Amino acid sequence: MPDTLLRIDDIACRYDQVIALDGLSLRLRRGEIGCLLGPSGCGKTTALRAIAGFEPLVRGSIWLGGRHIGMPGFGLPPDQRGVGMVFQDYALFPHLSAAQNVAFGLRGLPQRERRSIATRLLELVGLGGLSERYPHELSGGQQQRVAVARAVAPQPRLVLMDEPFSNLDVDLRERLGSDIRFLLKEQGVAALFVTHDQNEAFLIGDHIGVMCQGRLLQWDSAFNIYHQPAERFVADFIGQGRLISGVLCAANAVETSLGLIHGNVAYPWPAGHRVALLLRPDDIVPDPAGPVVGEVVARAFKGAETLYILRVGPETEVLCEVPSRLDYPIGARLRVRVEVEHLILFAD
Amino acid sequence: MLTADADLAISHRVAPRPRGQWLLRAGALLLGAITAVPLAVLFGAWLSPQTLVWQHLATTVLPELLRNTFALLVGVGAGTLVLGCGLAWLTARCEFPGRAWLDWALMLPLALPAYVLAFVVQGLFNPSGPVRWVLHSLPGGGSITFEARGTGWVIGILTLAFYPYVYLLARAAFLGIGRGTLEAARLLGLGPWATFFRVVLPMARPAIVAGLALALMETLADFGAVSVFNFDTFTTAIYKAWFGLFNLPAAAQLASLLLLFVALTLVAERRLRGRARFHETARGAPAPRIVLSGWRAGLAAAATGVVVAAGFALPVAQLLAWVATSAATELDVRYWTWLSHTLLLGGSAALVTLSGALLLGLARRQFSDRTTLAAVELSSLGYAIPGSVLAVGVMLSFSGIDNSLDALWRHAGGDHLGPLLGGSIASLLLAYLIRFLAVANGPVSSALECLRPSLIEAARTLGARGLDLIGRVYLPLLRPGLVTAALLVVVEVMKEMPATLLLRPFGWDTLAVRIFEFTSEGDWRRAALPALTLVLASLGPVIWLARRTASGNPSA
Repeated sequence: MPDTLLRIDDIACRYDQVIALDGLSLRLRRGEIGCLLGPSGCGKTTALRAIAGFEPLVRGSIWLGGRHIGMPGFGLPPDQRGVGMVFQDYALFPHLSAAQNVAFGLRGLPQRERRSIATRLLELVGLGGLSERYPHELSGGQQQRVAVARAVAPQPRLVLMDEPFSNLDVDLRERLGSDIRFLLKEQGVAALFVTHDQNEAFLIGDHIGVMCQGRLLQWDSAFNIYHQPAERFVADFIGQGRLISGVLCAANAVETSLGLIHGNVAYPWPAGHRVALLLRPDDIVPDPAGPVVGEVVARAFKGAETLYILRVGPETEVLCEVPSRLDYPIGARLRVRVEVEHLILFAD
Repeated sequence: MLTADADLAISHRVAPRPRGQWLLRAGALLLGAITAVPLAVLFGAWLSPQTLVWQHLATTVLPELLRNTFALLVGVGAGTLVLGCGLAWLTARCEFPGRAWLDWALMLPLALPAYVLAFVVQGLFNPSGPVRWVLHSLPGGGSITFEARGTGWVIGILTLAFYPYVYLLARAAFLGIGRGTLEAARLLGLGPWATFFRVVLPMARPAIVAGLALALMETLADFGAVSVFNFDTFTTAIYKAWFGLFNLPAAAQLASLLLLFVALTLVAERRLRGRARFHETARGAPAPRIVLSGWRAGLAAAATGVVVAAGFALPVAQLLAWVATSAATELDVRYWTWLSHTLLLGGSAALVTLSGALLLGLARRQFSDRTTLAAVELSSLGYAIPGSVLAVGVMLSFSGIDNSLDALWRHAGGDHLGPLLGGSIASLLLAYLIRFLAVANGPVSSALECLRPSLIEAARTLGARGLDLIGRVYLPLLRPGLVTAALLVVVEVMKEMPATLLLRPFGWDTLAVRIFEFTSEGDWRRAALPALTLVLASLGPVIWLARRTASGNPSA
């Protein structure tokens, strides 16, 4: 793979006796944006710090641009890796102005050139007039932009971002997210960032990895992560949905309490195998002539749609999204049909 | 793609902690031991009791020492409590004409060492002094005779000198009680007085107790002021045992008794403070002040004004008057020698103490095991040890080392070696290190707190390392804290009297030592120039403190 920039083979890290990262492998190509997604404590930040060179490996190895930069017992120091990093708290130097912060990593250049690079980058992140401000004179979002500009200034091949948007409010997150994606793509910098917010991951990442308890469960496109989750945890963690138990009766058909459900994916398990079927809200369509009757047990108004939790059988619930002008109170009965394209099954 | 082996040659080992970290821990443990050893040696002096001397002490001076010490503790304790809390309440919660500047002017007496205040008062009230002169010029005033001496006078002087400790902490606590808290108390049905006694005072109690403990420790440690008044306490007895009787073990036994008093004060403080920590800073709006008017406002302004005048303005005016008449003869080469000795000691002590404080701060960041924490805790207790006690402990430890070295040397066939460490600058610096480490610790550790680990990591991902990293990130971020700490230590060392007096090399005079010698001869006029120098030097830190507390922003 000639254009692989970052290659991580089966790495593991531990703090004292606790294994924080256990067998992570992934590839990232030049200019590609990857995202590690997972609940807090899943090891995603440890993964970033291992790539940056702050955590020693106990297993596996890391290659950057064909160079072996980390393995157990050895690691290129962080200052020689040429990897930029944006910290969760931004870590701007409080004694330096925005422009001086951005210019911090520029070395071997005349003063004037460093200044002009810093100014240009600050303009690129939309802070043209604020280059002389000190970090405490900037808002959270502005500090974040300075931190990103500082990380890309020395033209690293890879930028790591640790929950870069977690301290910002929701509106700002989306705007900054697309701005930063634009900046990274324009500079041709690959990035790996870490978040616990799936919307953020979907917005920015070309590839998304879902992590749990130190392991990477799936490394895939956003579409596949959502529609073809590789493991139960991924199905649960990404998007909304409910798992319904059933019995496989053909390679691509399941008998459930909602009836026989067909899909376009074939599973290798024998007929009669007990399985769990993932049903997303968009798999359940309201239909006055539908074969399934559900009782509304809870509802959440979301503007254009209302999300209903329907009880369709003893201990069986599904989610259903209905245009919000159709209003059903709690306890109402609603006819639906199941419309599944990909059959997502897990062994039960 | 390169092979792994080829690349390993240029890779470096990544350790969980940077190399050399164990040195930090070892340093912290050493600092803890440095504080512990002189104390252990003091109590060790009881193993070779000086029976004769001790019997003499016990029958003659000891009852008086105990009586005097108790009297001082009770008197100064009550005085600083009333004065400190009362003034703090007036300036923090009330409004009256002149409050804004009286608020910080009340901190100024901190710039006046107690012994300076003491000798100025002696000079003012002495038979040929200005007060007597004014009295005699009044009709019928000629028959009034009194002497500025005795317990009451000493208590008064020390109260004026040490009330700012209570004032500062109580004031911060009163200011820290927000409008919300008071309004909540009122809504829950408490009247204004009940609010004060059931909410304000309990909330401020930990701070007030801490301030009181500081004032009492200073009282126990005071040597200069009591010796001006010929008032015998443990510190003067230690001095006499050492220089009068040349009996270091007897001095050590007295020192360990004094240390017991200090320990009792510390324990009492912990007890009274209980589990409460210092007040929390108020969020939101500050509570509105009580506006005083009419005679109440006049009384408040007069009371605070009198304290500022008596504790600072008048003594400084008297010093200036003396200096005006004596400067012509006193401002000569000897003065510059004393000043340079003083500054040299202060500078070297700042260097040593700052290194110690940095080491402790870094060790505390990296290690959290019990041993390290205990060492850190122990080394910050040094501030509680009175200078004279410390001097005896350091002297005993060093002469112990000297004797062993001498024995070794003679065993090897050498001549008499004589003292190497005892009575050297090194022993003085060690005493300063132990005593003032806690002073440097405050600003240094708050500076280290600004140095978040992510800042260092950010600098490293941007390619900075080694000296570059230190010069561009560590130093600029630490500089304000280090400068503050150095300033505080230099001034503390300049003012320090008992340890300097006892440990200095022969003939090595500092300003404080000269003040002691001039005042013990009753030569107030000549003591004025060194004293004024100390006051001017101390004003810097006091103004810094006043600004810091005024803004309520504890940034170092």
